[in-house]
Amino acid sequence: MIWINGVLIFWAVAWFINVRLAALRPSRFTAFFVPALFGITLLLLWEGVVRGFEISPVLLPPPSAIGVTFSQNIPTLWGDFVQTFVKGALSGYFIGCSAAILTAIAVDRSPFLQRGLLPVGNFVAALPIIGLAPIMVMWFGFDWHSKAAVVVAMVFFPVLVNTVQGLQASDAMQRDLMRTYGASYPQALMRLRLPAAMPFIFNGLKIATTLALIGAIVAEFFGSPIRGMGFRISTEVGRLSLDMVWAEITVAALAGSAFYGGVALIEKSVTFWHPSQRRAR
Amino acid sequence: MENKETLGSFVLRNILPILTVVFGLFVIWYASAVYLNSNWAYDKAKRANVELSFGAMVSDTMVQEKPRLPPPHQVGAEIWKTTGAMVQRGRAFSKRSLIYHGWITLSSTVLGFVFGTGLGILLAVAIVHSRAMDMSVMPWVIASQTIPILAIAPMIVVVLASAQVDDLIAKGVISMYLSFFPVVVGMVKGLRSPDHMQMDQMRTWNASKSQMFWRLRLPASTPFLFASLKVGIAASLIGAVVAELSLSQDGGLGARMLVGSYYGQTIQIWSALIAAATLAALMVAVIGVVQSSTLKKMGMAQ
Repeated sequence: MIWINGVLIFWAVAWFINVRLAALRPSRFTAFFVPALFGITLLLLWEGVVRGFEISPVLLPPPSAIGVTFSQNIPTLWGDFVQTFVKGALSGYFIGCSAAILTAIAVDRSPFLQRGLLPVGNFVAALPIIGLAPIMVMWFGFDWHSKAAVVVAMVFFPVLVNTVQGLQASDAMQRDLMRTYGASYPQALMRLRLPAAMPFIFNGLKIATTLALIGAIVAEFFGSPIRGMGFRISTEVGRLSLDMVWAEITVAALAGSAFYGGVALIEKSVTFWHPSQRRAR
Repeated sequence: MENKETLGSFVLRNILPILTVVFGLFVIWYASAVYLNSNWAYDKAKRANVELSFGAMVSDTMVQEKPRLPPPHQVGAEIWKTTGAMVQRGRAFSKRSLIYHGWITLSSTVLGFVFGTGLGILLAVAIVHSRAMDMSVMPWVIASQTIPILAIAPMIVVVLASAQVDDLIAKGVISMYLSFFPVVVGMVKGLRSPDHMQMDQMRTWNASKSQMFWRLRLPASTPFLFASLKVGIAASLIGAVVAELSLSQDGGLGARMLVGSYYGQTIQIWSALIAAATLAALMVAVIGVVQSSTLKKMGMAQ
């Protein structure tokens, strides 16, 4: 009982602090501290509920147990991370995104193809492409190549659609200006239309980061060598050692956020001129 | 479409390009089928000691039993065999029909979608009305979108199953999780979309907070809601399909894919995939129809 009461009291206190802080003038400190306190409260709530109600660790291990498992299995987790993220997700991400951007540039000169490609691409982007995973595993074998292929299929259409839209983003005045400068097509593309498309392209690239990780992990459910995040998750679930599964999920969450954050950082430096990136004063 | 535009030019401008792209995709599909299946055809000919002409090779790649890539007409025939033909024989819900499996997928998708949307809207309302909620929850909602949530699907399924929860609900929980976030993000944006002028107008009418919500914020958020519903239902379906990988004994389109991959039944995998795609397209289309009629009635159609 002591766990439950303690956690409830901590929750009430933390919430009170947060309400007070939120009422203050927004600053960098509150913007960081308020969500951090909320996250800590959630973790403590989890710990307290698991211990207080004595929930079996087979159902839900407490965060402390997950942390211990995490620190004890770092070599295994690192191996899985390299197999799934570096080999599968990253390589597929690069191939898929560059193929999509190049395709968008290739059809850029034909408005006819663009009008056809946009609705079809939007349609395909909403489909459960993850279903291609068993087919890719059959074609490219169990190792990371099949995972990269799934990732390519998953990221291609969102990036393609965003790039095609982005290439249309520069307005008629700007394009006319380029024409009065006597700019050739490649010049106008490199100097005006690609830079103007960057916010759209990065939007697609950011969506694709999550898709890439999902694709690489889920493809491993259909067959993989004896390492990899998806492999570990499905086998450890079968052995009911959920603390290891949660440790693997922690890795996935960290990798996903870091991947997204990295792309967002690149976006910030590439599209520094865009209104959404200007610092609010 | 502008009013002056005739039907003919509408077809020329919009339908023809789409048809061209779709036709191109089919050409690529057939070409890859010939390329990928040719090895098996040559192998077979070699073992039978016959010289295989190009034409004979192509026709062989179109009719293999377990092709590496089934050509579209084989997939189409399989889909017809497991849907239309079964309906004609009055066995639409036999365990071998795609309608049966599609129905299983659809039910857990819709269950999860409805709950995910409801929860998402509630959370969005709380976020818009409480600064503390906004500051503490919103960063986590956004951060959670960068996390590959689908990876935990097998665990949720197993844990809920061992806690004696119904399988349908276990699958629905994953769909709910996936459709929840787009709705929260879209609704927060939508509920905040009324500008200062409109809010001030409400204040000059001495509107209460609830009046402001029902008369201004909620109507203003409808376009955003529908946009996120479309994303949400597609995500929901993906969640259901992945959940079925872990609960394959219950059937469903995901289970068909898994079973197909065990036995190398590529045609079965592709037909399940096309069925899932059709299901997704239908659901998005239904939401689209509701969207355009609702927005038209509200006087917001563009």
